[in-house]
This record gives sequence, C-alpha cells and structure tokens, in this order.
Amino acid sequence: MSYDLIVIGTGPGGYVCAIRAAQLGLKTAVVEKRATHGGTCLNVGCIPSKALLHASELFEESGKSFAKMGIGVSTPKLDLAAMQAFKDTGVDGNVKGVEFLLKKNKIDAFRGTGRIFEPGKVEVKGEDGKTQTLETKNIVIATGSDVAKLRGITIDEKRVVSSTGALALDKVPGQLLVVGAGIIGLELGSVWRRLGAKVTVVEFLDRIVPGIDTDVAKNFQRLLQRQGIAFKLSSKVTGVDASGDKLKATIEPAAGGAAETIEADIVLVAVGRVPYTEGLGLKEAGVAMDDRGHVAVDAHLQTNVKGIYAIGDVIAGPMLAHKAEDEGVAAAETIAGKSGHVNYDVIPNVVYTYPEVASVGKTEEELKQAGVAYNVGKFPFTANGRAKVNMTTDGFVKILADAKTDRVLGVHILGPDAGNMIAEAAVAMEFGASSEDIARTCHAHPTLTEAVKEAALAVEKRAIHM
Amino acid sequence: MTEIRVPTLGESVTEATIGKWFKKAGDAVAVDEPLVELETDKVTIEVPAPAAGTLADIIVKDGETVAVGALLGQITEGAAGAKPAAKSEAPKPAGKPEQKSSTTAPIAAGPEEVKSRPADTPEAPSVRRLSVESGVDSSTVPGSGKDGRVTKGDMLAAIEKAAAQPTPVAQPAAAIQVRAPSPADDAAREERVRMTRLRQTIAKRLKDAQNTAAMLTTFNEVDMTAVMAMRNRYKDMFEKKHGVKLGFMGFFVRACVQALKEIPAVNAEIDGTDLIYKNYYHVGVAVGTEKGLVVPVVRDCDQKSLAQIEKDIADFGRRARDGQLKIDEMQGGTFTISNGGVYGSLMSTPILNAPQSGILGMHKIQERPMVVGGKIEARPMMYLALSYDHRVVDGREAVTFLVRVKDVLEDPERLVLDL
Repeated sequence: MSYDLIVIGTGPGGYVCAIRAAQLGLKTAVVEKRATHGGTCLNVGCIPSKALLHASELFEESGKSFAKMGIGVSTPKLDLAAMQAFKDTGVDGNVKGVEFLLKKNKIDAFRGTGRIFEPGKVEVKGEDGKTQTLETKNIVIATGSDVAKLRGITIDEKRVVSSTGALALDKVPGQLLVVGAGIIGLELGSVWRRLGAKVTVVEFLDRIVPGIDTDVAKNFQRLLQRQGIAFKLSSKVTGVDASGDKLKATIEPAAGGAAETIEADIVLVAVGRVPYTEGLGLKEAGVAMDDRGHVAVDAHLQTNVKGIYAIGDVIAGPMLAHKAEDEGVAAAETIAGKSGHVNYDVIPNVVYTYPEVASVGKTEEELKQAGVAYNVGKFPFTANGRAKVNMTTDGFVKILADAKTDRVLGVHILGPDAGNMIAEAAVAMEFGASSEDIARTCHAHPTLTEAVKEAALAVEKRAIHM
Repeated sequence: MTEIRVPTLGESVTEATIGKWFKKAGDAVAVDEPLVELETDKVTIEVPAPAAGTLADIIVKDGETVAVGALLGQITEGAAGAKPAAKSEAPKPAGKPEQKSSTTAPIAAGPEEVKSRPADTPEAPSVRRLSVESGVDSSTVPGSGKDGRVTKGDMLAAIEKAAAQPTPVAQPAAAIQVRAPSPADDAAREERVRMTRLRQTIAKRLKDAQNTAAMLTTFNEVDMTAVMAMRNRYKDMFEKKHGVKLGFMGFFVRACVQALKEIPAVNAEIDGTDLIYKNYYHVGVAVGTEKGLVVPVVRDCDQKSLAQIEKDIADFGRRARDGQLKIDEMQGGTFTISNGGVYGSLMSTPILNAPQSGILGMHKIQERPMVVGGKIEARPMMYLALSYDHRVVDGREAVTFLVRVKDVLEDPERLVLDL
C-alpha cells in the first residue's frame, strides 16, 4: 500500500498538515515518536506553560489585588502538585483532541521514529525495535526542534533544566537562574517568581526579548524588574558547578572581564531551540540543509528532493506553532496541486507573561534599517477606560504605518491580553489595511481594544482620549 | 445548495457581461426558469435555473464581467421565504474541485489564484472616504491588496496620478475617451449609455474589416418579375406544404450558392500568405434586432432545398429577436447576405463580415421604367451590391458573380437546371 503523503512528526505543523491533506482527499499517514500527539507545543511547550502561567497569575493576583477590590481571602496557599495536575489535565485534553482529529480525518498514525529510507519510503522504528517500511508519494518533515545546548552546562532535567524540566518541577526553587532572556526564559521565570522563587535572568545581549521592538522591550524589562525579576544583561554563563547542594553558576561579562558566581537551586537553560533532524536519514535521502542546520526549502516548502517537503521549526524562520501550522496547510495544499501560501510578513508573536507582549509585522528598528519612512501612533493603557477600572494600566499599543500610503507595517502591544488583541492587527495587515482603516473601524466600549483604535488615530495625531 | 455558473459560450468566447438578473435574492425559482441574461461578444443568452428552490445569493451583479464557468449565484432547496443568510463567496476560477483525484504529483508552482476583486467586496473605510473626497471611483483603481482589494495606498496613488494628468483616471484602461467636454448647457441634455458588448463587438469587427480588407463594391440590378411571378403562383401551395412563407431570401441564397460555385474566390478567405477555398457554402443572413445586428449562418446551403433554407431563416429570425440564438449558430459563415431593402434602402455598400471575402447587399424592390424589347416597361427592380475583398477577388470575378446572381434571379428555371 502506498500513501499520498506521510507526515513525520505530529506537532502543530505536522498534524495540521495531515488534516488539511486528508481534507483535500490525499491518503495520509503520520509518524510520531512520542506516546502522544501534539509535539513539543502540546506536550512540553506552549500548552503546559500556559496552564502554569494562568494558574500562577491567578495565585499572585489573589494574594496581591483581591483585597483592593474588596475580596477578602486569606493568604493563598500553593499546592504545587495540584497545580501540576491541573496542567497535566489540560495537556491531556489537548493531545487527545489531536488524536481524535486524526482519527476523524481517517489519517493512519504510526507510533515510532520515522526515517526517510529513500525518497518515497519512510521507515518507522517502534519502541520494541521492530521496523516497518511505508511507501508514499510525498513526505513532509515536521520533526520540529530541540533545546539548544550551551557549552559548559550539562542539562540533567533535575537541577539544570530545559523548558521541559522547568515545567515539571516538584518544588518551587528558592533561587532560579534563567539563562536567556527570550520568550521561554521570561515566561517560565515569571511562573516560578509568582510562585515564590527569586529569579535572576542572564542574557548575553544588552537587551531582553531579541527581535521585539526595542521600545517595547525596554518598557517590558522595567515592568518585569518591578515584579522582582533581576536581569544581568551583556553577560554569559560559562559553567554550572553541580557538585554541591547549591548550584554555582559562573557568570562573565559578554565582553570579557571578571567572573562572578551566582548560587541557584535550579538553572533553566533557555537559550533557544535548534532544528531536530537527528536520525531522520536526510543525508542518505540527499536532502540539503542550510548552514544553520535547518532543512533547506524553496518557496513552496519543498526540499531539493522532489516529493520531500519540510515545515515548522525544522526549517528557517520563527519557531512558532502558528507559523508551522500555516506552513503545514500550505504544504498540504501544494502537494494536492492547489496554491498554498504563507505570508511571512504577517506572523504574530506573543510573550505570555504579565503583561503580555504581542507584535506583528516590522519593528521600528527594522523599518529604520530598511530606510522606510513611517509614522508612529502610540496609545498608553493608562488612558484606556477599561484598563483603568481594572487597574491594569501597564503598557501601550504602538502602530507603525507607512508615511506615504498609511499602510500598517507593524503593530506592537505591551499590555494585558495583548496576545488576543494582536489578532485584529494581523487581519488588518493581511488585507493591507491603513492605520485609518483601523481608526475608522468601530471598536466596542469599554474594551482594551479601544487602545488599538486610539493608537491608529494617533498615527495621524488625532487620538481622542489623549 | 446548487451553484449557478456561466455556461460554455461557444468557441472563442471566454467572457460575458451580466445583462440583467431577472430574479432577486430570496425569489423562488423553478427549474429551467431564466435567471439571468448574459451578454457576450456574439449573442445575448439566458441562463436557466439548474434546480428549483430559492435564489439564495447573487454573487455577480448587473454590468460586471465574468469568465466561463464563474459562479453567478446559488440556489438553495426549499420554497421562497426561507431566505438563508447568504454567504458570499468570491467567484472561483472554474474547474478547481476541492476533492483531488489520486494524482498527487505536486504542481511545481501552485497556480496563483486569479486576483479578481469579489463583486461584493466592501471598500475599506479609508478608501471610501478618499473615493468620496477625491471623486476618484475606487472601482476603477487597480487593487494591490488581498484578492485585488484596493488599499488606501492604491487610492492615494490613483488620486496623485489623476491630479498629475488631465484625463480622468476614473476610466478603465479599455474605455479610452477622448471626447471634449460639452458646454454645460448641452451636457445636461446628453445621455451617456454604456455600449452593450454586442455593440462593442460590432463596432470593433466592422472597423477591423475596413482596416484589413481592400474593400470595394460593385453594383448591378435585377429584374424581379420572374421571381415575383413564381412566388405569387406558388406561395399558398408552398406555405401549405412546408409551413413557412415563400420569401425572396431562399432564391437569393440559392442564387448566391450557384454563383459562389462558379467564382470560388468569393467564398475564400486569406490566412497569412495562403488562400483558403471553401468547398462548403455556409451563408450568413444578417438579421437586425433591437440590440444590434446578428448574423446567423445557414449551413450547407448547396445541399438544402429552397424550402429548408426558408425554414432555417425564419427560425433564425424569430430566435434572433428573442435573443435565443446559440453562439455556434453564428459562427463559420463563408459568405453573407444583408438585406437593407426591408428598411427601404435603395442602394448601399455593405461592409464585409471578416474574414469572409464577399457580402451581397439586397435592396428595396422598386418599380422603375426599363427598356424591354425596345419598349419602356415598368419593372420591379432591385439594385444589388457586392462588397468584396480585392486582395482575394478580382474585379472580373466580382462582376461575373453579380451577373450570375442576376441571371439566376431573372430566370429562376436555371435553379432547377443548375445553370
């Protein structure tokens, strides 16, 4: 028997790709190494971290703000085991959902490690070591990414952990040292700080959240510091001594200089992720890689080998679940002879801390570098009615629009619920909207989204509430 | 849900303009009931309802242009009154079914979706404002946004362009208008009407013919006495037997076929540096309708009886006036006959129906004093005109052709004897 398509990996890119292919009438199978579908995102990434972020945010909120609102509660008590169980329930519901969707779309799921035997042949090696070979007309590589390692630091997932271990701690660390001030480090740092840890974040660069608009990043850092997170920027962790009861991390200035030692109960290594292609047989199949270890693909997500495609973290671009999903759909549509397309200019990016950071499109730095003339419209949540009554006035909305055409080029939100609000900006940008189009679109009152409208008005210097 | 799509319109016809919807969304429709009128380059046709039910959705509105296979609207099952919230969907290029067959070979470069603006796309708010404030009609501005939508940037560019050049940009490129403005007094008393597609096609084809052919006209006149006498004698019998009136057209068609056989150049056409002689005789018969001239073609006239030709012409005339002619019935003619006489024309120079090389002009029958056997007699006379393409047809041939037509009509017994 031969398939039209075999997808290797059932993360958000892979399973979405398989479902879309099945919808288009292709005979489709998936190969998954994990016991459950959903990949990093559902099992040890986006989904479990959001469960802990949600629970820990409410934990902190109940202790800090309830009294001001007239809600009398005794000091909240943490039951970490129960909170972890809450997380696991959420994850379980999600991975089962994927399994159901695959079944519903009559997609065959093979459990085991996939290897591209040769173009058109995928070998699946089960846990028991038995192998079987599947034949297929097309292959989509959706194997995702793995934690990036740091020289001098051995991750044991007990005390020196990656995001996977940091999601499963059974005790709140007294001191948590986070290596890397990216999205993962700041989200998990936030979780454990809220639950009681003293958190220090070490970052090699002189700024946090690289890639995010600098204006936003600076304000974001200020807010995180106010919450109690300590930052050591322009610094690098050169080693972690795990011999004693306490971990001893050696930290040096990035530019060189005197080292210092920071003690920690847990060290979280969150310096990024790398494409996961180990044991996939890409070399044997003749699939070309780029110089950074990504699978190289063309504009239609096809590798240099006809019939082998790749999507998601394993190829270049932002390592985001929704980017992988869109690529999965595009690859399936291309394979089915339709016109699949991903608009890489409009991919939202969200940091799920409190407040959230969300952005889509270009940053000010990118526009300056490209020499694009632009106008800025900025509106702070301190001037938004809903944010005021909720006492959640941290942050702002910033809209960047082309100086000539008024087309929206970038939207950056620092504030409560920014991740949900960015959707409006993404739709607007997908349709080539101008800031005026957003400004002339009715927004419900009283909502935080009015800040988006006001920022759009501010582009042409006519914000009402400022 | 049944889709209403633009039917196949015949060879070389790829698009049509929506003339008029006979029904509006929410109306009940019966199967085969005419729903919408499509104007094409050649003919106006009606699209019947493919199923009974309720017209749920009109996707392409009056005056818009659609390709063959485009989605026009949808019919939902069930009687009128049940008016579901019409879900508008952009007209998709035809022939792209969702379900894919087993061929999964990827298309190297996925075919890009056609960037045509969906008919009911609302304007972006900024575009609406700029359109009103500037007077530049956004529907005439090429859109760079998703699915061809007009963005604010597109509008600003169009407004800038309009300001830079004196001619109005609000005109689509195809409709070049160079007419100087009328004085205000007169302008108010003018009426501007969009040319129908048929009229546009007529205009273009006639001018093309004039520009291409070395066209000139030769004249003769025919004494209709014999044909009229024959007609008077047999018209009742003929109508009784064949169910159609005995007119003159049948005689003319047969006379022309006889002449065409003798002078093949008139039945030929130029193709590059070749001449194509056609050994078949498809004679177009120009029919005036209220929308313009159409030319249905009577095929294989050499093999048809005069009665059959009369029947065909009568049928075409009736259907042309009702807009029921099919496109393939107007294609493939090798020679054309145009009868200006029905409107009273005494003499005219018809324009060729390209790529044909000859057209016969018939005119009014008028009693004129003729010298017959040394005496002046009143005879029913008709001037004949043959416009021909001098590139193909020599003067001698053209004149001989017309003389042969005249001979046959003045002595219709020749038709029987094939002389």
